[in-house]
Amino acid sequence: MTLTPVKDTIQAKLEAGLSPESIEIVDESDLHAGHAGAREGGESHFRVAVVSGEFAGKSRIERQRLVYALLAAEMAGPVHALSLTTLAPGESTK
Amino acid sequence: MSENPVFERIKQEVNDNPVVLFMKGSPVFPQCGFSAAVVQILTEVGVKFKSVDVLMEPDVREGIKAFSNWPTVPQLYVKGEFAGGCDIIREMHETGELKQYLNEKGIELEAA
Repeated sequence: MTLTPVKDTIQAKLEAGLSPESIEIVDESDLHAGHAGAREGGESHFRVAVVSGEFAGKSRIERQRLVYALLAAEMAGPVHALSLTTLAPGESTK
Repeated sequence: MSENPVFERIKQEVNDNPVVLFMKGSPVFPQCGFSAAVVQILTEVGVKFKSVDVLMEPDVREGIKAFSNWPTVPQLYVKGEFAGGCDIIREMHETGELKQYLNEKGIELEAA
């Protein structure tokens, strides 16, 4: 049994759905402790940065919808908030 | 497919107001960090906006997610079009695209 089941599920689903070049998932639940949506034991707020060829030619909204669709079960369940950075290979955030 | 009755209410908001922010809390007392961040950006850019507090209206809180096909709040609408959530608005602000987008949509910006 892993200590971070939600994070592991997010990682597995995004790897399966996006074949990402890179993926970074940070649990930021500590920053939101005590706030509505925060859960006992964390794993409610995540920051996710994904670089994937699947995003090429797609708008920001389309990219994020793709991620949300892959994580629909998690969004409807334990995950209260996802901060997303969605880049195609070769793109930079600036 | 019968339409969700709350969609009418949402459509009216986004058609009657050029810029609408569906958020948690009010611009003065945001109840969520992501909503607060978007309020701050819109204020910085100098755009007037109508806000809808989804915490006061549970049917809108659920309805807006289906309406936009977007699972989270805040959500920004400009001229009836879904512009994005917190991350997208923040990215667009950082790159300068937000002002450009609002200009293209014919939204008046106040000088800061």
